[in-house]
Amino acid sequence: MLAATRTVPDVLVFIASAAIILGGAVGVVIAKNPVHSAINLIATLLGVALAFVEQQANFLAAVQIIVYAGAIVILFLFVIMFLGVDRNDQLRVEPLAGQRPMAVVAAAVVTGGLIALMAAGGWYSGAQSVVAPTDPTNDVGVLGKTIFTSYLFAFEATSLLLIIAVVGAVLLARRSPHAEQDPSAEAGPDAGAVGTTGEPAP
Amino acid sequence: MTIPAAWYLIVSALLFGIGALGVLVRRNALVIFMCIELMLNAANLALVTFSRVLHDVGGQATVFFVLVVAAAEVTVGLGIVVAIFRSRNSAIVDDVSEMHG
Repeated sequence: MLAATRTVPDVLVFIASAAIILGGAVGVVIAKNPVHSAINLIATLLGVALAFVEQQANFLAAVQIIVYAGAIVILFLFVIMFLGVDRNDQLRVEPLAGQRPMAVVAAAVVTGGLIALMAAGGWYSGAQSVVAPTDPTNDVGVLGKTIFTSYLFAFEATSLLLIIAVVGAVLLARRSPHAEQDPSAEAGPDAGAVGTTGEPAP
Repeated sequence: MTIPAAWYLIVSALLFGIGALGVLVRRNALVIFMCIELMLNAANLALVTFSRVLHDVGGQATVFFVLVVAAAEVTVGLGIVVAIFRSRNSAIVDDVSEMHG
């Protein structure tokens, strides 16, 4: 698009969304408490939803808020509370000497490489409107028609994936049947956990 | 809507880098999962940007599927975290460095 058609509100919305996204992301990484990380994750997700609205993907913005902020982050918070791991991490301790500087270098290389690659490629290229042209006034209709025609097989595959995920989660999270059958082994997993963690490290 | 694609792609790359940094430096499995979500969102942002500038709804459809896969991934991942916490009483990934049960 031409730079001349860029309006002040567009730029302001972009700056706001970028600030929310990056601020929240930094907060996720540096927050000591996992609950604070989750709250910062919500900020990032809302910023991404704002960027989606700015780019006229209104349906995806709504889905982003409902699925991510409404379901996934709640699941995170639920597990944090359920496990009781909402105490502060020991961020001062560096278990592996030199890991953090190397991680910063690696992340900088990844980021710089991504930006350099996209800049070298002219940011975007390719044929336009291959699957279907976007329609900002009817993005739900276009997206729905595309998903149920061009992407029908992928859509059915995701339904299978969700069923597998639910079954897998139930299998992973339930206690072993031996502990339920034997009343004397009620504290079996916990006792085993104490014994396991009490072992000296090799 | 007339913001250049490059601006959003730079934000997306920075978000991906922050997420990657978080995965590398954090030791709490739950926070590592959150950082993976950051990287997924960076990819989503880039896909929506490409979808806008190429006038192609395929990018938005891909974001839709990424959302579904992210939900499934979080479900299974948190199930694994709960299972590990039951046996090790810890959500720190350094405590799970041995492969035997």
